[in-house]
Amino acid sequence: MKKLLLSSAAIAVLALALPAPAFSQEIKQGGSMTVTYKDDVSTLDPAIGYDWQNWSMIKSLFDGLMDYEPGTTTLKPDLAESYEISPDGQTFTFKLRQGVKFHNGRELTAEDVKYSIERVVNPATQSPGAGFFGSIKGFEEASAGKADSLSGITVVDPYTIEFELSRPDATFLHVAAINFAHVVPKEEVEKHGADFGKHPVGSGAFKLAEWTLGQKLVFERFADYWNKGLPKLDQITFEVGQEPIVALLRLQKGEIDIPGDGIPPAKFIEVKEDPAFKDLVIQGGQLHTGYVAMNVKIKPFDDVKVRQAVNMAVNKDRIVRIINGRAIPANQPLPPTMPGYAKDYEGYPYDVEKAKALMAEAGLADGVETELFVMNTDPQPRIAQAIQQDLAAIGIKASVKSLAQANVIAAGGEPDGAPMIWSGGMAWIADFPDPSNFYGPILGCGGAVQGGWNWSWYCNEELDSQAAAADAIVDPARKAEREETWRNIYLKIMEDAPWAPIFNEERFSVRSARIGGADELFVDPVHIPVHYDQVYAKDVQ
Amino acid sequence: MAYVARRLLQSLLILVGISLVTFVLLYLVPADPARQIAGRSATAQTVENIREQLGLNLPFYQQYLRYLGDLLQGNLGRSYLQKTEVAELIWSRLPASLLLMAGAIACELAIGLTMGAIAALRRGTTVDNSLMVVSFVGVSAPQFVIGILLLYVFAVRLEWFPIGGYGTFAHLVLPSVTLGFLGAGWYSRMMRSSLIDVLGQDYIRTARAKGLKRAQILFVHAMPNAILPIIAMIGIDIGLFMSGIVVVESVFGWPGIGQLAWQAIQRIDIPIIMGVTMVSAFAIVIGNLLADLIAPLVDPRIKLR
Repeated sequence: MKKLLLSSAAIAVLALALPAPAFSQEIKQGGSMTVTYKDDVSTLDPAIGYDWQNWSMIKSLFDGLMDYEPGTTTLKPDLAESYEISPDGQTFTFKLRQGVKFHNGRELTAEDVKYSIERVVNPATQSPGAGFFGSIKGFEEASAGKADSLSGITVVDPYTIEFELSRPDATFLHVAAINFAHVVPKEEVEKHGADFGKHPVGSGAFKLAEWTLGQKLVFERFADYWNKGLPKLDQITFEVGQEPIVALLRLQKGEIDIPGDGIPPAKFIEVKEDPAFKDLVIQGGQLHTGYVAMNVKIKPFDDVKVRQAVNMAVNKDRIVRIINGRAIPANQPLPPTMPGYAKDYEGYPYDVEKAKALMAEAGLADGVETELFVMNTDPQPRIAQAIQQDLAAIGIKASVKSLAQANVIAAGGEPDGAPMIWSGGMAWIADFPDPSNFYGPILGCGGAVQGGWNWSWYCNEELDSQAAAADAIVDPARKAEREETWRNIYLKIMEDAPWAPIFNEERFSVRSARIGGADELFVDPVHIPVHYDQVYAKDVQ
Repeated sequence: MAYVARRLLQSLLILVGISLVTFVLLYLVPADPARQIAGRSATAQTVENIREQLGLNLPFYQQYLRYLGDLLQGNLGRSYLQKTEVAELIWSRLPASLLLMAGAIACELAIGLTMGAIAALRRGTTVDNSLMVVSFVGVSAPQFVIGILLLYVFAVRLEWFPIGGYGTFAHLVLPSVTLGFLGAGWYSRMMRSSLIDVLGQDYIRTARAKGLKRAQILFVHAMPNAILPIIAMIGIDIGLFMSGIVVVESVFGWPGIGQLAWQAIQRIDIPIIMGVTMVSAFAIVIGNLLADLIAPLVDPRIKLR
């Protein structure tokens, strides 16, 4: 009950903060909207889906134990009614809501939660999200295919499930909210086998009504949804195979409501200044940092002075101008909306003279040659060229290697593959809003392996143990202490400078005038790009 | 009959050759499919499991033989990123591409033959010269330029046609014209020279001497003979279309296999790239075969050897 009170209080505070408060009681259900995407939707299986388009669709078709308050990064119970954390932070017990129905009519119970998570960990599922459950007892055996179940998951009764962890894990509530932990009905998975992703059955606000491969998907409101009043819309049509530029033209003609891939860069200024759209463009932060990774195993970046010099040499303001101001300059790995962000940290100044002095100290006053890898779609090569010019000013002659995304990622995953990588177009967007999510795979020792994502190959074991200590602080009362630990980890990283953080991308969504909802819903940090369950149609009000 | 059998065997060898070349090229791409499937948060264990399950840890020749074996049984494999049978993906998109190609053939014949005939009849005049300039543009302009121009003028400005998409006849017009314009350029030139050639033949002079009407000479005697060599070309066009649809379908958001191929190439989804390549190669080989087999039927002067 305490949890419930807390969450309604949070909603009230949130509502007060919004310019046009939209209480769910006042909004009538009904109407429809059309959303477009360029790429086809690959799968709607929550164990597999990990793309820009399907991430939020899966959130609308399925539910997890936890979710976030709409438009925020604040955790709240979802399928769980409440939860308890043991004092040692190693046992999480969730009480489930009663009467939650799957789209096939069967009631969802704790057995389904257990099944769904074990399915993700099972190697036969080939889930990209298996690693998120690494702290649950029995993970090693199950992920190696030696055990069918996770010994740490216990179904206490049909509405109670208990997770025993092998170590205290402060991120576990986020893990319980991630798509990979969303609940699927076993009988439907077994019926469709590998094609479950094309015939998804969940307990979410919408159910899949129609899917024409390569053309469109239709979601319909699930009448038996446990959360009465949601979703607001009766139907959402997703049209795929639509180039962003064409989608924008169709939006202007009133044929569609939301171009899912956003505003194409070339049209950005035009749309922002168009009086018809000025008020329909919504800006929001994003849990993203664009950075130059410098491989600390390759000369000249094995010298910290050179890495610091690069941090001082790049004119970030100019790069932000190149992308029409769609970002804000960054000075640290964490984005500003992430807990643990160091507000008062000033970072490396843009100072060419100081950078040159550092180069001279490193014995490279005469300059040095290297390579800068970049993904080959606009605007990334233009950004790389700007970085190239800035580096030339301090004597680093970097040739730009512009390749397909998969090839850049492959080069970054080899110890001698790429001296420098501009991360644009492939950069880390957090899986969940927690500072730990920006460390392990991209800056920790665990990611500095062949095929890993730590492209700077930076491995500081001291920081790794600090990170582990921070994640062992599970007690919510010690949240501030945990964030402080993380803040210091990232500041230490900046001293060693394996990255030159360049900017944090802002998101710009545009919608048609007939779709309503608080601005936050259209730049939701978790339900990306739009919170489908919460937005409503003005024409049925 | 021996000829047909020989040609069929040749075609099969060509297809196997194409599969080998494509497989080698895609094998050389440095992207690791297992890592792609596993995604950015996967553990090394997950990547290893996937590699094993897909047989990506086998030596190259074994991987190829496995693929070829599956291919001969009609199994194109499963898409890495779309998580669906490649055959199902191609099959579901084939009708859209065939419709577009039919539209393009209609357009190239209508536009090309008309232009060519007018140019031939008005040989040496300004009309002839300007039509040949248009045909030159058709042959040389990149299809995405033509597509975007048509889209801008007829869909955005004039609003005569919808802006991309699929479903009605109106949706079909602009993509068909874009795809057919290249062929129209070729056909107008062929039609012009062919018709000029025919019009200079003795039997046309005879017909004229008989006092037949100009229209009768043109449509009954000259045209059918002038069109013959062009009909034989349509089979070969399929190859042209196969490369054209990749561009045209992407510009117009047309849900065919060209768009499928383009999306797969961008994301290096190897089974789809292989599948579309094999299906296209099959279509081209069949197109050429049919063109060769049909030619003697419409023109008895050609003999099969």
